[in-house]
Amino acid sequence: MNRFLTLVGRDLRLALRQGSDATIAVMFFVLCVVLFPFGVGPEPNILARIAAGVIWVAALLASLLSLERLFQNDYEDGSLELLVLTPLPLEAVVLAKTLAHWLVTGVPLIVAAPLLAVLLNMEADGFGVLVLTLAVGTPVLSLIGAIGAALTLGARRGGVLLSLLILPLYIPVLIFGAGAIDAAILGLSPRPHILLLSGLLAGALPLAPWAGAAALRQAVE
Amino acid sequence: MHRFANPARFLRLSAVIQPWAAGATVVLLVVGLYLSLFGSPPDYQQGDTVRIMYVHVPAAWMALFVYVNMAIAAAVGLVWKHPLADLFSKAAAPVGAGFTAVCLVTGSLWGAPMWGTWWVWDARLTSMLILFFLYLGYMALVNAFDDPERGVKAGNVLLLVGVVNIPIIKFSVDWWNTLHQPASVIRMGGPTIAGEMLVPLLVMAFAFTAYFVSVVLLRLKSEILARKIQTLRLNDAQGR
Repeated sequence: MNRFLTLVGRDLRLALRQGSDATIAVMFFVLCVVLFPFGVGPEPNILARIAAGVIWVAALLASLLSLERLFQNDYEDGSLELLVLTPLPLEAVVLAKTLAHWLVTGVPLIVAAPLLAVLLNMEADGFGVLVLTLAVGTPVLSLIGAIGAALTLGARRGGVLLSLLILPLYIPVLIFGAGAIDAAILGLSPRPHILLLSGLLAGALPLAPWAGAAALRQAVE
Repeated sequence: MHRFANPARFLRLSAVIQPWAAGATVVLLVVGLYLSLFGSPPDYQQGDTVRIMYVHVPAAWMALFVYVNMAIAAAVGLVWKHPLADLFSKAAAPVGAGFTAVCLVTGSLWGAPMWGTWWVWDARLTSMLILFFLYLGYMALVNAFDDPERGVKAGNVLLLVGVVNIPIIKFSVDWWNTLHQPASVIRMGGPTIAGEMLVPLLVMAFAFTAYFVSVVLLRLKSEILARKIQTLRLNDAQGR
């Protein structure tokens, strides 16, 4: 557990000192959402109708943005091989790095989302559910993304390939995340959607580090 | 199973099976097409458009069947490191992607007259589209590395991750209320489809399976030969 926290702390320090990852993800998220009123027109009713979906799609793309570098730097400077040799199981290494990635890129998205919901004229009923679904959903995105990042280590054009592999697997998260908000706005219970989303998290939490570790072992073989 | 992991033994065996599979494909396809176009009644509601089913449904079955086989081969390749298992997934992927594409296109052509739209975002259609992207992603990943071994192994992990989609496709029509009709052949309590339609459907399904077997054996053979040529060239270059 101590080693696990040390690894999380190391990744957080690295991300904060380089400084760019967290801010770039949030900036991309905000800009992506801001593009929509220009594209579909400033009509408040239309924006309110599509707000949930737009924010979720933007969050998906923003979390994809920095995934490529999740293992890349460690792979290139050789520290990944040392991490494989530590007594800490490789599954825990993947989980620690994913947790750090989520803290750096996922949490700022959750903070920024209500502001964007105001800009898109979303109804007030949806705000709480929006934050809740993002809080449950973005860790799933980071976990699934970690598998893709581990698989594409050392590949040619890894970034483009990563999005091709990962985006289809993101679709269930998107469906239930946006569905919960729509249900809340329409006055229905968002509970079933949130429970299914939590189920995805409960499934991804043990399985994704396992698959990611299998992929990493082949990368450093 | 380990007995047939030897490439030389496999090549001898496949040389025996392959012509039979190719012949069976031709015979079954001719019989199946005759039965489905002329030998079966039109549907009382859909008329002659129902004949699209005889291509659409077997293609959909094959798309799932090929993916499951590739995933099993991926697990075998990861656990026992059989070289043939790795090559099988690589050889089968384009064929499976082709079946998925045929399923999506014929489904769209069938949807236009029956549902009044080429495409709906319904659970069965969407999960089938995801399967298509999984095939494409697998093929892109396998070819993305300078070292082919590494590409195949990364692809194996991806195949196993993608298996979660298979039960979603199969049961999507039962779990969600969709425009796509529920299962009528492979279901609890036996098929509900009429007998004179079931026979051509099954013949076509066997024709597609025979086609898959013959093409995959051919592709596997060429993969093995390509590996041999590469090894010979490498030895040549090293001056041995």
